[in-house]
Amino acid sequence: MALLTIQNLSLGFNSHAIVEDLNFTVNTGDYLCIVGENGSGKTTLMRTLLHLQEPVSGQILLGDGLKRNEIGYLPQQTLVQKDFPASVREIVLSGCQSRCGLRPFYNKKEKELARENMERMGITDMANRCYRNLSGGQQQRVLLARALCATRKILLLDEPVSGLDPKVTEEMYSLVKELNREGITIIMISHDLAAAVRYASHILHMGSDIFFGTKEQFVANDTLMPNSSFFQNRSATKFVNNHNETKLKGKRFMKGGVINA
Amino acid sequence: MLEKLGMYFQYPFVRYAVIVGVLIALCSSLLGVTLVLKRFSFIGDGLSHVAFGAMAIASVLNLTNQMALILPITIISAILLLRTGQNTQIKGDAAVAMISVGAMAFGYLIMNVFSTSSNLTGDVCSTLFGSTSILTLTEGDVLICTILSVAVVIIYVLFYNKIFAVTFDESFAKATGTRADNYNLLIAVITAVIIVLAMNLVGSLLISALVIFPALSAMRIFHSFKMVVLFSAAFSVICAFLGIIISILAGTPVGSTIVAVDVAAFFLCYMTGIITGGAQK
Repeated sequence: MALLTIQNLSLGFNSHAIVEDLNFTVNTGDYLCIVGENGSGKTTLMRTLLHLQEPVSGQILLGDGLKRNEIGYLPQQTLVQKDFPASVREIVLSGCQSRCGLRPFYNKKEKELARENMERMGITDMANRCYRNLSGGQQQRVLLARALCATRKILLLDEPVSGLDPKVTEEMYSLVKELNREGITIIMISHDLAAAVRYASHILHMGSDIFFGTKEQFVANDTLMPNSSFFQNRSATKFVNNHNETKLKGKRFMKGGVINA
Repeated sequence: MLEKLGMYFQYPFVRYAVIVGVLIALCSSLLGVTLVLKRFSFIGDGLSHVAFGAMAIASVLNLTNQMALILPITIISAILLLRTGQNTQIKGDAAVAMISVGAMAFGYLIMNVFSTSSNLTGDVCSTLFGSTSILTLTEGDVLICTILSVAVVIIYVLFYNKIFAVTFDESFAKATGTRADNYNLLIAVITAVIIVLAMNLVGSLLISALVIFPALSAMRIFHSFKMVVLFSAAFSVICAFLGIIISILAGTPVGSTIVAVDVAAFFLCYMTGIITGGAQK
């Protein structure tokens, strides 16, 4: 059975669906990139996968012995975190929280796990430094180490490179790829189509055309790829979409719109 | 001066005031770190106004045990206010402002219309600025206050790591299976209890000071959450103690003296932060 099976999933708020009939599977070791325009429901999908919000309808099935609290998550940075007085070690350790249950304090094993993951992300030397004084790339490494404390199986990343400079972005991508090679399943939201095609094994495109398939299928599908007539078409479709949106309200997405190559 | 102080400490009401003051300062500073970081600095102010409104109702109803009405009302408001943070019909800060001003207006209105007291202005003033109530504590008050404070400290220590996780990143905590909503509820209830207790000490208008100054001062200097919590607790206790002593010696109002000491100490910390590079940009 697949690690994650998404069946007829509809996403939205207060039973008002913004995306309907999503179907896809994620197998162990996959690297799935979710791409699409702003407002196409990428973050909503991720939040639903994490049970942070309820799906409007449909199911998310976990397989391969994956438990709900074994999912690692790298959220987008919040305002609160920007000036949060906490040391790197404290933050990484907080990733072990779900292992504690009701036990109030961390045990040796969890502290060791936090140390290992800091080592893995190359942030051991800044363990006592304050999170708010780190650079954007370093902060992402800290949050990644924290996510790794929560999981050995699957990582969900919500735009991990936004706001990073090109060099650090590249480092971040290879770091994630490295984790994927070590056997961790990756689901990543990205704006960067080029990077998605370069690193991912599967791509889910959300928006007016919902597409799910392998990277190769995606590349072969020239309506979604740039460098073809993509950008011209896109702006035209966008206009039509926006126009329809006002008229149809919420009927923005084609039902079950899986386009095969 | 020491002699004078020694003489004052002969009186039980002075000792009570010091004990209660220090305990409340300790509790409010612990919670303050979380509240400030969660962008709820003003919740102390809002809740204390709610408590003021509830107190007005209680005194009009001539209840013997006012706490029985004030505490539940404040706790419910706290839960509602901290809830709005997540489910935003009205944004957090606006909700706090709305409830706080509304409760205050109703409280004063009720007191004014139904008042039985001959010195209304004095009553209102003492609830707002806590001018005398700290010096009129009974042994029972001190006992209740001690029990509640100890409970708050124990709960805080036991849930310290969970409170940290929920404060730093609620989404992550929830996603990885921590029951963040329950801990938010816990924080709301404890906050309400502390606010109601603190009304005796500094009055409704100055409570925010006890919540925010220790946390903000500690954040100027320290880099880790643990140190921030520990320092703000120490900061708050020392300031409250000094404030009470000064107010006794100089005959100034207790609440505002404590807050004045807090403000002065904040500037000390601010300068220290700049000098040691603690408040790095």
